[in-house]
Amino acid sequence: MLTVILKRLLIAIPSLIGVVIVTFLLTRALPGDPAAYFAGPAATKEAIQEVRVKLGLDKSLPRQFMRYVADLAKGDLGQSLTTGQPVVTEIRNRLPASAELTLLGLIVSVAIAIPLGIFAAVKPNSWIDHTCRVMTTAGVSLPVFFTGLILVYVFYYLLGWAPAPLGRLDIFFSPPPPVTGFYLIDSAVAGNVETFRAALNQLFLPAVTLGIFSLAPIARMTRASMLAVLASDFVRTARASGLTPFTVVVTYAFRNAMLPVVTTLGMVFSFLLGANVLVEKVFAWPGIGSYAVEALIASDFAPVQGFVLTMAIMYVLLNLAIDVLYGVIDPRVRLEG
Amino acid sequence: MSGGLPMSNHPPVPLLDIKDLTVEFSTRRGIVRAVQNIDLQVAKGETVGIVGESGSGKSVTSFAVMRILDRAGRIAEGSVTFSGIDVRAADDSQMRDLRGREMSMIFQNPRAALNPIRKVGVQIEDVLRQHAQADSDAITSKAIEILDQVRIARPRERYHAYPFELSGGMCQRVVIALALACKPQLLIADEPTTGLDVTTQKTVMDLVTELTRERGMSTILITHDLGLAAVYCDRVVVMEKGHVVESAVSAAIFKAPAHPYTRKLMRATPRPGVGLRDLLPEEALPADEPLFRHARPCAGHPGLGNDTKDVDGRDKPGHDSEPLLVVEKLVKEYPRRGLTTSLSKLFQRGPAPEPDVFRAVDGISFTIARGESVGLVGESGCGKSTTSMMVMRLIDTTDGAIRFGGDDIGAIPAKEFATLPLRKRIQMVFQDPTDSLNPRFTAARAIADPILRLGDVRGRNAVRARCEELAAQVGLPVELLDRFPHQLSGGQKARVGIARAIALNPDLIILDEPTAALDVSVQAVVLNLLQDLKDTLGMSYLFVSHDLNVVRLLCDRVIVMQAGRIVEQGATGRVLFAPEAQYTRDLLAAIPHPPV
Repeated sequence: MLTVILKRLLIAIPSLIGVVIVTFLLTRALPGDPAAYFAGPAATKEAIQEVRVKLGLDKSLPRQFMRYVADLAKGDLGQSLTTGQPVVTEIRNRLPASAELTLLGLIVSVAIAIPLGIFAAVKPNSWIDHTCRVMTTAGVSLPVFFTGLILVYVFYYLLGWAPAPLGRLDIFFSPPPPVTGFYLIDSAVAGNVETFRAALNQLFLPAVTLGIFSLAPIARMTRASMLAVLASDFVRTARASGLTPFTVVVTYAFRNAMLPVVTTLGMVFSFLLGANVLVEKVFAWPGIGSYAVEALIASDFAPVQGFVLTMAIMYVLLNLAIDVLYGVIDPRVRLEG
Repeated sequence: MSGGLPMSNHPPVPLLDIKDLTVEFSTRRGIVRAVQNIDLQVAKGETVGIVGESGSGKSVTSFAVMRILDRAGRIAEGSVTFSGIDVRAADDSQMRDLRGREMSMIFQNPRAALNPIRKVGVQIEDVLRQHAQADSDAITSKAIEILDQVRIARPRERYHAYPFELSGGMCQRVVIALALACKPQLLIADEPTTGLDVTTQKTVMDLVTELTRERGMSTILITHDLGLAAVYCDRVVVMEKGHVVESAVSAAIFKAPAHPYTRKLMRATPRPGVGLRDLLPEEALPADEPLFRHARPCAGHPGLGNDTKDVDGRDKPGHDSEPLLVVEKLVKEYPRRGLTTSLSKLFQRGPAPEPDVFRAVDGISFTIARGESVGLVGESGCGKSTTSMMVMRLIDTTDGAIRFGGDDIGAIPAKEFATLPLRKRIQMVFQDPTDSLNPRFTAARAIADPILRLGDVRGRNAVRARCEELAAQVGLPVELLDRFPHQLSGGQKARVGIARAIALNPDLIILDEPTAALDVSVQAVVLNLLQDLKDTLGMSYLFVSHDLNVVRLLCDRVIVMQAGRIVEQGATGRVLFAPEAQYTRDLLAAIPHPPV
């Protein structure tokens, strides 16, 4: 197993190198001159030139690239020009916020989508199947900023159940001592129930928003995959052996149907992690997505490159985790190292 | 086996009593009656065979008995009574107690019938636990004991095996173990040996017979193989299109089949002592069979037959100077799987060390003369398919030579061979008539495919004319040419596959079990068609099969392979009636024959 993991990591290196090169070139190809942007609207030509030299943008592309790679080797992703902070620090602060939100959103959607998909497959064309269809269609067709705003309007403005959508924690609380960067876990580790509850309150609405959005692919995939497995020969054998419907559906069918579902989960997770900018905007969430978008608008190269590279690494690790999970679920996969 | 006197020792009340059973399926085209008003009784300790071709409703009947019909199916009329219980009226939990404990089922395709990601021992435990057959601390030893009862060697180890780690025969033993774990009274075996080798079939069937007999169980054996039913059943029920057409003691039904359909089935079953023409139904003797009517006139057709090759501008060596195909010391090795092998292959060039490779084909030599048909037989894993793939030039050889009409085609990489003009001289008919046709191509498009890629017929109308000509040759009605594969029957699809293979007038056709997926009556027609085409077009056949009876009918010579080597080859009559190798004798002995 370990050799397989190492091999997979080795295979991922060329694609990471590719990501480094492509993001470097793409950020350079973006319209807009960062030197002019940062020198300010009133700057003279000389001032802009001065900024350009300071940023190293007067050098040739290969030399800029060499410098970038050399910094990267030292673990330095450069500095954000807008915030003045090192990109590494910013990503380290913001990635847990996004990851916590995405994970919780995914848990919410899995908790709803998988049982829904299973029931829809076990009883096709029943009311639960139609519910599943309506929910998944609604889930994908409602944009997240819309669901987010509706939820805020209803639960914060009208009902007053949810706290103000202003970031990860109410201003009256201080963040728990950082261990993982996930406020829920950190506050639980610190034994601080109040903070835990406050963090959960803040997380709840954005997580539900994400959950509703990511419900559709998971529920649809569970349903389709369950339908295929339920029609297979070994399920018939299990039925013919008199096993209870629960054993047949859960132990025999669902474990086999999980493989495509796990793949979908991985894709949904990596997609949400970077793409939930809108949710982060609506809930003023200090996540990595909004950080990248702001940097992109400002032609701030370093954070954009750092963001893409982080995402690529996350994606590689996530896929690896999924493959390992595959091996755990399906013994046939273990052979093919 | 026809044991004892079936009439005298049966109790008056049968174990299973099916009366006037009708099963309906609601489909997109309305309600289909898969089984119509059938009556069937199985006495205690009796083995009843249900025989019929695909679509006869034999499996549906058994599903109805177990009440495991698909969602779309339902018992519309009649009753099923199992040891006094009305199966149709029983509630779900009562049925669950019956299934597995009182009646159980073994299936066709044993590997698919087992949960692929659950250890086989655990699957047996699931059944035991469901029916409270063992305490939880004794359940593992009980499961191992059951594996031992079905003659699985090293049961303690195999308990932890997954289905994909076991052979087909071994999987079927596990399925039998599952079915017999709770000592049921009735075992339904639905085509239990289809897809297994003859010798495996014999061991599996003998095992089932022994286990059921020693427990006094009743058995329903569902099969399309009359020979199998004759050997293993007390009584045989013949079904056709949802009806029971005949039911009699098995010895009697084969001696004096009463119903015309039974007679037709009997005739179509290849067996010793009958020729190819004898397989066809009485009413359609050669002169009246449409396929012959179409095939015959083509014999003198210009552009067909032997003179085509001259038109193609290939110089043919003189008659009988060298055989069409000469295979010499052919070897195919596959690397054994694993990281160490691939690493060692990376670092040291040249041949890999001996234990790291698996020799699928181990230095075999044979020839095929012009116009000759040679049968290549052996059990799964013997290397016959690998050999045919190499001759077909779809995979590369490891060593040895394949000379075809004087050229060493074995030296040409398989990738390049596809573009050479030689390609059209060797064509293939595949095992599965459905899977070997592109589902989005019409029959005409499928037949035209090789013509468009390699042929010299150009222009829409000319290609169409050639397709129609080919369709006539293989007895495919021209109006079916515009249909898609799913709109054709199995036999019609087989004809499309054959028409595609002969479209370029090849010299050699490799037939890879071309009739294995077909019903016997269709098989009879297709085999006759192949024989006629060979007579008309003068091609050579390499006929790959595991069915010795079929090989005997079609082939001039037979090659018997075992574990990558040829154990025996010679004239068909000699090999099959006076086999020299012990292996050939074992193969022949394992074939069940209906009494003729």
